[in-house]
Amino acid sequence: MSIAPQVIEIIAQQALLEPSDVTEASTLEDLGIDSLGLVESIFAIEEAFDISVPFNANDPTEGDFDISTVGSIIKAVDALVKGQA
Amino acid sequence: MRRVVITGSGTINPLGNDVPTTLAAMREGRCGIGSLDIRDVDRLAVKIGGQVRDYDEQTHFNRQQISLYDRFTQFTLLAAKQAIDEAGISFSGELADRSGVVLGTSGGGLNTQDENYRAVYEEGKNRVHPFIVPKLMNNAAASHVSMQYNLRGPSFTVATACASSNHAMGQAFMMIRSGMADVMVTGGSESMLCFGGVKAWEGLRVMSKDACRPFSATRNGMVQGEGAGVFVFEEYDHAVKRGATILAEVAGFAMSSDASDIVTPSKQGAARAIAGALKDAKLNREDVGYINAHGTGTAANDKTECAAVADVFGAHADKLMMSSTKSMHGHLIGGTGAVELLACIMAVRDGIIAPTIGYEEADPECALDVVPNEAREAKVSAVLSNAFAFGGLNAVIALKSG
Repeated sequence: MSIAPQVIEIIAQQALLEPSDVTEASTLEDLGIDSLGLVESIFAIEEAFDISVPFNANDPTEGDFDISTVGSIIKAVDALVKGQA
Repeated sequence: MRRVVITGSGTINPLGNDVPTTLAAMREGRCGIGSLDIRDVDRLAVKIGGQVRDYDEQTHFNRQQISLYDRFTQFTLLAAKQAIDEAGISFSGELADRSGVVLGTSGGGLNTQDENYRAVYEEGKNRVHPFIVPKLMNNAAASHVSMQYNLRGPSFTVATACASSNHAMGQAFMMIRSGMADVMVTGGSESMLCFGGVKAWEGLRVMSKDACRPFSATRNGMVQGEGAGVFVFEEYDHAVKRGATILAEVAGFAMSSDASDIVTPSKQGAARAIAGALKDAKLNREDVGYINAHGTGTAANDKTECAAVADVFGAHADKLMMSSTKSMHGHLIGGTGAVELLACIMAVRDGIIAPTIGYEEADPECALDVVPNEAREAKVSAVLSNAFAFGGLNAVIALKSG
């Protein structure tokens, strides 16, 4: 499976939505995902792709992992997976 | 002095998933102890326990809740719902600010710890779920109850091993009596029946491998149980004004410390707590018709407890009844006093005394009326509930009919 649908599925599950209701333009705020939900989503992404996401909940904007939209998360995960290969 | 009454009760324990089922089991002298159904049970020497059976967390909670609620929190929330529903109370405005939650637990989220130690040590994983800390912390249950019911007043968790929930209920009682709060949700919960939990207890060599037989000469140790008991304690006038049904009155409470040994109980420490509860409740010895014993089924506890009761009550010790319901539900450690308070309520309200089951042979060192094997009808107006913890921390509650 390619990265985008998997990330969308993880985020949708966290937001208690259907994957079809989550678009790449959605922000986490739009989807009702709070800070705990974000941390749990990142954990699920790390598990699914066996990567380590550089994310610090004390300062979510720090680092290269851009969480501003679902699309930016997919792009960041893609980069991490490629970097690992 | 403000009076304190109980207006709601809830439970989930090895005898049943609610109060009526539990009380029926106690009346019938039914045993909730059986073979343990947990991972790696074949590596345990102790293979029995009082487990909550046929329990599927997914029928009660959604996936997100389960990621935050350890089993001890789940039990607490189920019992709290029953208690608050029975009390018929909701918390908003000033009442919410004057209502809180004090709960007892000893192990807290021990299942969560056990599972995650497995993940990082046994499976060698280097990543754990982000909610392990909020899930395993001992105050998780109290916090979730406060969030769910908008209890914004004094709230915390008490950990005094086997006396945790008696200490918790004692704090709740004293807070209402002193005017610090008007309504308190209180009790306790425990869920230690996992491989690491039972293995640790095995080490002490005080566990029975076949049954819990308190006060019987044939007793050979304690049996661990799991579950929760939760109550609504309420200031008397507040309860009367809103027309609440009063289950019983909390008449008094006392605590003491043996200040002697980390595991061996002391007759003097226990006796001081029992005598203290009588004094605090302004009860005469002759007023007490029933004691729900700590009665763990260990050699040391049962004879020490009987000696302490004999010391405090003198000749009246031969007239009162004292049973241990741990023979039926096992020892719920930090939740045990809360489930046992149900037997006390049944005694003062319904006039039914729960038995000590599994009783086989008299022990001259436990020569009291332990209500062997069969429940009894008796009118009693005041009762005590004993809890004597490892570490020598004792807590005794007195109830009167409401």
